[in-house]
Amino acid sequence: MSVVSPAPPLRLKESYLSVSFTIRSWLLSTDHKRIGILYLLSITALFLFGGAAAVAMRVELMTPQADVVRAEVYNRMFTVHGVIMVWFFLIPSIPAVLGNFLIPLMIGARDLAFPKLNLASWYVFMAGAAFTLWAIVRGGVDTGWTFYTPYSSTYSNSYVMLTATGIFITGFSSIFTGLNFIVTIHTMRAPGLQWFRLPLFVWSLYATSLILVLATPVLAISLGLIALERLFGFGIYDPNKGGDPLLFQHLFWFYSHPAVYIMILPGMGVVSETIACFSRKAVFGYKVVAMSSLAIAVLGFLVWGHHMFVSGQSTYAGLVFSLLSFLVAIPSAIKTFNWTATLYKGQITFATPMLYALGFIGLFTIGGLTGLVLASLAVDVHVHDTYFVVAHFHYIMVGGMVMAYLGGIHFWWPKMTGRMYPEGWARFSAILVFVGFNLTFFPQFLLGYLGMPRRYHTYPAEFQVLNVMSTAGASILGVGYLFPLTYLLWSLRYGPRAESNPWNATGLEWQTPSPPPTYNFKETPVVTEGPYHYETGE
Amino acid sequence: MRDQGKAAAVASDLPIPVAHQFDDARQQHEAAAMGMWIFLATEILFFGGLFTGYAVYRAVEPQGFHEASRHLDLLLGTLNTGLLLTSSLTMALAVHSAENGLRRPTIGWLLTTSMLGLGFLAIKGYEYAHKVHEHLWPGPHFVAPPDASRGFEQFFVLYVSMTGLHAIHMAAGLLVMWVMVIILWRSRHVARHSNFVEMFGLYWHFVDIVWIFLFPLLYLIDRS
Ligand SMILES: [Cu+2]
Repeated sequence: MSVVSPAPPLRLKESYLSVSFTIRSWLLSTDHKRIGILYLLSITALFLFGGAAAVAMRVELMTPQADVVRAEVYNRMFTVHGVIMVWFFLIPSIPAVLGNFLIPLMIGARDLAFPKLNLASWYVFMAGAAFTLWAIVRGGVDTGWTFYTPYSSTYSNSYVMLTATGIFITGFSSIFTGLNFIVTIHTMRAPGLQWFRLPLFVWSLYATSLILVLATPVLAISLGLIALERLFGFGIYDPNKGGDPLLFQHLFWFYSHPAVYIMILPGMGVVSETIACFSRKAVFGYKVVAMSSLAIAVLGFLVWGHHMFVSGQSTYAGLVFSLLSFLVAIPSAIKTFNWTATLYKGQITFATPMLYALGFIGLFTIGGLTGLVLASLAVDVHVHDTYFVVAHFHYIMVGGMVMAYLGGIHFWWPKMTGRMYPEGWARFSAILVFVGFNLTFFPQFLLGYLGMPRRYHTYPAEFQVLNVMSTAGASILGVGYLFPLTYLLWSLRYGPRAESNPWNATGLEWQTPSPPPTYNFKETPVVTEGPYHYETGE
Repeated sequence: MRDQGKAAAVASDLPIPVAHQFDDARQQHEAAAMGMWIFLATEILFFGGLFTGYAVYRAVEPQGFHEASRHLDLLLGTLNTGLLLTSSLTMALAVHSAENGLRRPTIGWLLTTSMLGLGFLAIKGYEYAHKVHEHLWPGPHFVAPPDASRGFEQFFVLYVSMTGLHAIHMAAGLLVMWVMVIILWRSRHVARHSNFVEMFGLYWHFVDIVWIFLFPLLYLIDRS
């Protein structure tokens, strides 16, 4: 597929990687590609940290009784895991790494609209991460990632304010990124690149950015009000002072449900690109898939109450939220069916990114359908706050987004680094991740259905078999994540050099050298056709 | 009319510098304006959380809100509304002057705007001090009148949070405005910065509009 060449090709000198090698040139770079790499390094470190907390939890849960940690420590571990994974890995993952790197390339621009704001977003992100890590080092937080009042206000005995400050700050990096993407996609498309010629990855990140800019401020204000209550004694959420704890849940989920779509829409974009490339076919129903991203973004703002079916919300509100939650499944199902239709009669090759994409489709389907189970009012009463919810959420977030993220990293690795990764090892670990993932989380559906509540470090003895299966799966999954970390680093030095278009893919990003020069294109490309002009398999 | 002004400014002055990622000044201006509007949209959602809280608590405790609202100084509130509306006018004049490349009027109108803004903050500070003195500042020292209805303190919680967040936005705006004045003072070519002045103008009008909502919601409950 690619040529192994010991001598560096001529073009390499001009690449964004080789313009300068100083640390300063990286830390002060406004090149969207370098900023994407900065994010890649940061979130990988944070992912390993959040993953370590998960490993510790799975170790504790091997036996019914407490043997490694006390309840208080366990509370802190699942909080750390949730906070780090949600705000410091999943939300920035595909947008800040792949989106940053690819959007200007895909639309034929020299950079994002506001390169300095882009760099600022990384510094803001790192500042937020530093605050949060500091809070963890000092003793951690025990509220769960949801910061529910009164755990986070009246009865808190941990570093809530410090962590909340970290998340508040990080929110600005989300807003900066989202704002930058929207403006860039609107104003900086190459000549001829009409809206319906945009790759679906760009569409999905456009929808994601809408959520980033419209939802994140609400999280900021709900955390800000916690600060007012705690620091100045204002009665906002505390019923003793005339406040209402449910207000927090409403504000929090008004952000956090859309945030779930921040964490899945970009993955759908990656899957659209890889499915098309490795079936050698245009995505079936391109316009519908593009519009379904927007539909998900809009509907996602109207369903937050499905987290509050048992919080004392009125039954009628519950009915409406349940119905709306069912509606949001429609655009997601459209995507799934259209990807499947794209595969039909395609010339399929099982390259690593394709394995991840196919895994995504299957696992996202399971995660999505169990979401409908949870959106049903009566069933939710039974499985609320059990491992069923944990399993559902992880099927979407890990089975969906992390799989798509890894698939995307492999797909664009040659473009980002100019090197090919070892295909055999990569396929092996993709399968390992798939097996490990299912073994970890499928038993949790059963545990939840049988009634095991989440967030406890002990459990009745009859749940042990399923818990041991889950822990065994988690260790396979962990190994599956360590493989790519190793061979991708290895490939930086020993991987064969990548051509500009190793997958024979369509899309502007493949028309410039790998790795691309600083301003991406020698000449601004002119676009004359849609994004997926593959030969059809018929 | 605005576009004519801009065209004239471009023609009469040095060309506006275009950053490397843009093709021309038009694209650059379009991107800046759009970015600013999106930023303002995030601000609406940011304030939106507080407005939601207000709507909920007022709907639940209308009587407490009615009584508490009587403890605000209507005269000072009205005066502040006048100051802020006038400052929006002077801001618009500053933007207009900048687009036409008129350096001194731009600086003059900006300084006038900032004086009006300072006046607003001074009056707001006086009102706050008064509330602390009357033990109507929410928190541990709050003392409600003996016959007060439920929701009385909630009103002041929201009054201080909402006007406080608004005042923070005003203060941030004043800082940016003074930086802008210094930049314009040192520069010969105002039109090169007219984008900046225009975008800041949008922000200032936004802060003004927030107050237009806060004033009736807080000061004018059942005053008809
Ligand atoms: Cu939800």
